Amino acid sequence: MTAGPLITFENVWKTYGRGEAAVHALAGVNLAIGGGEFVAIMGPSGSGKSTSMNIIGCLDTPSSGRHGFMGVDAGQLDRGARATLRNRYIGFVFQGYNLLPRTTAAENVELPLIYRGVAARERRALAMQALAEVGLAGREHHTPAELSGGQQQRVAIARAIVTRPTLLVADEPTGNLDTARSHEIMELMTRLNEENGLTVVMVTHEADIAAYARRTVSFLDGRVASDSAALEVA
Amino acid sequence: MIWETTRLALRSIRRNILRSFLTLLGIVIGVAAVIAMITIGSGTTQRVRDDISKLGSNLLVVRAARPDRAGSTSFTLSPLDDRDLAALRRGVEDAKAVSAAAQRSVRVVYGAQNTAADVTGTDSDYFTARDWNIALGRPFNESEVRGGTPVCVIGQTVRALFFGGGDPDGEQIRVGRLSCRVIGVLEPKGTSGFGQDQDNVVMMPLTAFQRRVAGNDRIDSLFVAAADGVATSDVQAEIETVMRETRRIAPGAEDNFEVRDMTQVADAMASATTTMTGMLGAVAGVSLLVGGIGIMNIMLVSVTERTREIGIRLAIGAHERDILVQFLVEATVLSLLGGLIGIAIGLGLAGLASSLLSIPFAPSAAVILLAVGFSALIGMVFGFFPALRGARLDPIDALRHE
Repeated sequence: MTAGPLITFENVWKTYGRGEAAVHALAGVNLAIGGGEFVAIMGPSGSGKSTSMNIIGCLDTPSSGRHGFMGVDAGQLDRGARATLRNRYIGFVFQGYNLLPRTTAAENVELPLIYRGVAARERRALAMQALAEVGLAGREHHTPAELSGGQQQRVAIARAIVTRPTLLVADEPTGNLDTARSHEIMELMTRLNEENGLTVVMVTHEADIAAYARRTVSFLDGRVASDSAALEVA
Repeated sequence: MIWETTRLALRSIRRNILRSFLTLLGIVIGVAAVIAMITIGSGTTQRVRDDISKLGSNLLVVRAARPDRAGSTSFTLSPLDDRDLAALRRGVEDAKAVSAAAQRSVRVVYGAQNTAADVTGTDSDYFTARDWNIALGRPFNESEVRGGTPVCVIGQTVRALFFGGGDPDGEQIRVGRLSCRVIGVLEPKGTSGFGQDQDNVVMMPLTAFQRRVAGNDRIDSLFVAAADGVATSDVQAEIETVMRETRRIAPGAEDNFEVRDMTQVADAMASATTTMTGMLGAVAGVSLLVGGIGIMNIMLVSVTERTREIGIRLAIGAHERDILVQFLVEATVLSLLGGLIGIAIGLGLAGLASSLLSIPFAPSAAVILLAVGFSALIGMVFGFFPALRGARLDPIDALRHE
């Protein structure tokens, strides 16, 4: 892997609409996140935290500026290349779990492996392993409707890590969970960060959830308002 | 990968079983109609060809006719007579047999039974010309024809009515007012393509028929069988030359007779059937088009319903192509399923029709394969636009979709 930070934002702008009606969701963001970090992104709604999250996850591209991921200018890549990047190096965890309904936990976890072209037998083994890691051994054949919210989020985490990604992007991962369940999920994510060296970038608006991260970046009006441990941007 | 996708497609079809079934109806009806039409059509064509070959496939028929030019000076028919027969026998070299026949529907009586049969007066060459064999007994010979002996050969329907399964040889039946001796039974020919019973017939020497049944010396038709290996069109030309000579038709004047080639009649009937099949096939094609639009509609609904699923798949690394293939396979599997059900129903209908109409059941493997291929194609064509729409979705918007 290339030296230097895993993720870089260099004067990133994201603008919707044009002329008078133009809205700047991001207005010149500079940011660098190193491999193995656990970063919480905070900020009120409309501050640009979701937009930057989408760009970090290679789901979106900046209107201008440079988004570097693993030393590549990800903003210049086409849809297909970004899909490959997501499939190989990024895992996603969403607030609403986003599991496929009426599909078993194991099949949900296998999904990213299908798009990697992994053979069925190997896929099943990797899915079982990932489910065991998140503490769901024995629940492989339950459908989302048969699982609690916390268990569904664990399935989602298993799906995110089954490909052994470099980066885990979590969008309000505890937003739909009660306090006890939220802390269980956060402990799991902390363990993945510490034991597996997985880089975690998480959007949240709850301070006690953000406290699990070792670094907090706050957004306001499309700019970084504060950064608890800013790295030097080259 | 493609197996995975097919399994996924089948699962998604099963989840919406009623909706899938209703969507399929268009394809099912279309394919069933095409299969039934083509199968029944080719059965009918086969039947017509069989009928014509029963008639004698190298047969030419000469009849009296008015010159067909409007305002022609002569409006009277010049009937055929013995001179025409003699001239054709002498002049047409490539004829295997030349025969004259006169026909009338006459009441035929045996004991207490009676029926109206087609009675034909003809000569011994008739059986050769029409390629019609005697099943039992013998045909009348030349001396019987010359002498006008009251003997007759009967068809299978007449035989069954009067004698059941028995041998009628030597029995006397009454044809009109003439009592005549049965000397033979014809082979069965069955019903003609026009629904006429060709076995409800009595054949007797032409002279006996003319003098004692019809009461005139008219000849209705002259049959000329072309010799083996000679084109019927060549024989037709010979006949026309001979007839014009013997009837002294001035060069440039219209024929007062017509020559019909039975192979042409066969071709005409077969092509009429083909045209019918084609037209009905076109109607069925419209139904397939409607079915295809139904599939497109339901696939659009499916893509919209599963926008979030598409978003998830795209987010975790599915390429556009993966989504495209997924929905394309689903549409194709759906349409193929409809095609298979349609083929089963179509063959069932054709089987039913062929037993009701007593025509041969002629399913064609090529047509069935074509229907399978075509229904798969419909799925691909009409599934493409919805699938592309799904594949082109923006993952962020798709994930936000409720």
